[in-house]
Amino acid sequence: MTASTLDPTPAIELVGIDKRFGAVHANKNIHLSVAKGSIHGIIGENGAGKSTLMSILYGFYHADSGQILVDGKDLKITDSQTAIRAGIGMVHQHFMLVENFSVLENVMLGVEGGVLLKGGETAVRGALQQIEREYGLDVDPDAIIEELPVGKQQRVEILKALYRGAEVLILDEPTGVLTPAEADHLFKMLAQLKAQGKTVILITHKLREIMAITDTVSVMRRGEMVATRKTAETTMAELAELMVGRRVLLRVEKGEAKPGPVVLSVENLTVKDGRGVTMVDNVSFEVRAGEIVGIAGVAGNGQSELLEAIAGIRKASSGRIVMNGEPVDRNGRIDPALLRKKGLAHVPEDRHHMGLVLSFEENENSILGYQDDPKYLKGPFLNIDAIRKDAIEKIEKYDIRPADPRLKTANFSGGNQQKIVLAREIERDPACLLVGQPTRGVDIGAIEFIHKRLVSLRDEGKAILLVSVELDEIRSLSDRILVMFAGTIVGEPAAHADEQEIGLMMAGIGREAAE
Amino acid sequence: MSVPLGTLPRWVNFGLLPLLNVAVAFAISGLVVLFIGENPIEAVKYLVAGALGDGEGIAFTLYYATNFIFTGLAVAVAFHGGLFNIGGEGQVYLGGLGVAFAALALDRYMPWYITAVLATAAAFAFGAAWAFIPAWLQAKRGSHIVITTIMFNFIAAALMVYLLVNVIKQPGNMSPQTRLFEEGGQLPKLGWLMQVFGLDIGAAPFNVSFLIALVAAFAVWLLIWRTRFGFEIRTMGTNATAAVYAGIPYVKTVVVTMLISGGLSGMMALNPVMGDAGKLQIDFPAGAGFVGIAVALMGRSHPVGIVIASILFGVLYQGGAALAFDMPNISREVIILIQGLVILFAGALEHMFRPALIVLFAPKPKSVAASAAGAA
Repeated sequence: MTASTLDPTPAIELVGIDKRFGAVHANKNIHLSVAKGSIHGIIGENGAGKSTLMSILYGFYHADSGQILVDGKDLKITDSQTAIRAGIGMVHQHFMLVENFSVLENVMLGVEGGVLLKGGETAVRGALQQIEREYGLDVDPDAIIEELPVGKQQRVEILKALYRGAEVLILDEPTGVLTPAEADHLFKMLAQLKAQGKTVILITHKLREIMAITDTVSVMRRGEMVATRKTAETTMAELAELMVGRRVLLRVEKGEAKPGPVVLSVENLTVKDGRGVTMVDNVSFEVRAGEIVGIAGVAGNGQSELLEAIAGIRKASSGRIVMNGEPVDRNGRIDPALLRKKGLAHVPEDRHHMGLVLSFEENENSILGYQDDPKYLKGPFLNIDAIRKDAIEKIEKYDIRPADPRLKTANFSGGNQQKIVLAREIERDPACLLVGQPTRGVDIGAIEFIHKRLVSLRDEGKAILLVSVELDEIRSLSDRILVMFAGTIVGEPAAHADEQEIGLMMAGIGREAAE
Repeated sequence: MSVPLGTLPRWVNFGLLPLLNVAVAFAISGLVVLFIGENPIEAVKYLVAGALGDGEGIAFTLYYATNFIFTGLAVAVAFHGGLFNIGGEGQVYLGGLGVAFAALALDRYMPWYITAVLATAAAFAFGAAWAFIPAWLQAKRGSHIVITTIMFNFIAAALMVYLLVNVIKQPGNMSPQTRLFEEGGQLPKLGWLMQVFGLDIGAAPFNVSFLIALVAAFAVWLLIWRTRFGFEIRTMGTNATAAVYAGIPYVKTVVVTMLISGGLSGMMALNPVMGDAGKLQIDFPAGAGFVGIAVALMGRSHPVGIVIASILFGVLYQGGAALAFDMPNISREVIILIQGLVILFAGALEHMFRPALIVLFAPKPKSVAASAAGAA
């Protein structure tokens, strides 16, 4: 396809791949051709079927029908072993590494080559050095995984794939856990791999990455492959439209904030995790009525713990949280139920594990946390009629689909599940709203809706604390930005600071540079 | 992007699957019977005839079922809260003590229905109290409730033997048991109910506690699916993190759930103690606390399922006894083996046939995909 391709046989060719899970038609008659030595992006909303397609290619799932051609040869990929032997390597979104093993041990995992480890170790060490020389992947083979930064852990995953002879490397949402600088580094490595003749398939929902690195891009929507374009010949706006099926606003439209009095004030808060490691270190800040304060940071720098401590879910080891001038604790304990009564609503980061009970009916989740509100009760009994009526109102107002309050929550898509949580929390008319990763795993159409809703809530004079690892989201929504690194707030960049500046702060080297 | 699990139609999940499990258990039991040298078809005939063949058999079946309904409900309530209460046996035993105290105190002065109310309350309270310590240990200290409730079964057995031998034994009686309750301390038999269906109760101890069990089943349904507390129990049981998020107090919810569970177990004692023997005896729970686990598993922790599963186990108990009587080659131990197989297939191996059934019955796509493949 591309002019640079010497070998006309595509590295990977998918012909008529079809896959269903129960009622969900995840892949509909997919045709895809990936040119050898190219970087091919696959973009689509969450739930569009990207990961399913790659899982079929990697042997995790079997296609109901269709054909996979590797190097022009028809291949029955029954499990990931077959895929690996065929030269396909995969770097998962969530790394598959043994945290307390060294890099070397992780690379040789599954290919130890005998009862005794010694021989395998020597062989792997030699091979690693060669791979590192060729591709410039510098990682100390004896470093322990859990001591490495995330970007390097990802490199280990890539090394693993290369050691197993991967010619085609699939990366599933590789930048979700990286700082902008680490992401840049990753892209340089991918370019290097390409230069060495490897083929890269990059799955992402971030348009910016597609534009920056890929040669060709294929767009998926609702299980279908809707278009394939040469990256140089397309635009972000076109791709976004293809992904969603209609025109989308990529930026949030909002006016100036009119901050009022302080609603939420966090004073010298310190939070330790179960092992006694300090996750939030002496953090203080304020959120005023009518403003959105965004906390930026790479995942794992204490934002989650901070949010949970304010919401009363995690115990703070010291410090104070004050709402509307009153401390929120009762004898040193903070109780989520009490906080709700004081007007604090919380959209948790992880809706599957915290915000929802997936096996419950939709209407049951629409009262989770507010089950002691008299309007949902008749004495000790649930007022089923009132609950369902209330759920239907929220379904209509938030356009939750399918509009069925009796449907099991697990059967809603990610975006609609998030709307269930948002509807529940926002419709309580809270004075202060904590929002964690409001659009994680949510499709673009719903992102637009959620962002608009948050901005209008701000305009109603609510105080909003936003935590997100999506820097774009923080920048477009927040009136003030705080950057967290290693448990402390390392800076408050100007609202219109550029990505570079915030990115440096997120990496913990911002302070000196910024001042 | 989660993989949607195959969901089965309700009739398959709640009807076909349990039926299949029981059928396989019977098929293997049939092989055992064959091995012993008896005719399995004949054996099934005796079993069914013994359990359902006449009024007395049916009444006996329902008498046993009553026990299992109570203990099954007890296991189910705890299970909805994510707690595995293995301590039914001990809680039943202690419940019996409560029943005996109420009956011994009141039987000479009160009609049976007054005594029954107080005995029910006492049975519930004693069973609940026995579940309290494991519950509290779980909630406060994280001591695993499976371990503690099992241990409490042994403590209950030892305590009850001590009490029956040394404290509440009827003076001058050889066996460790209380005196016989007077009429005001005994639950009436349900002969009239059998007569409605034109059946004769015979000598079966089928009594009013069956009706109490049905009321309890309804009450459990109300509790779990229609009350705020039930909502909190289910939230805690299905997603503990969401329960914390929702401000559901863990300690209180664990303790109260276990009190209700233990109380339901305790109520079982009404049936054998006040409804049948008319006295408190050693070892009266006779394993019903454990059968409750199988019943709750088989009944999918739903009161309707539990009542049905209880009746099935009632059939096995009563029919098994008849079979052992009619086919001397089939000893009591073989009957226990058959019951064990049913528990094994309905409980432990509950999910064995599920994948196959999902392939067969999970919403159509398979056939559509197959035709698509045919077209391609």
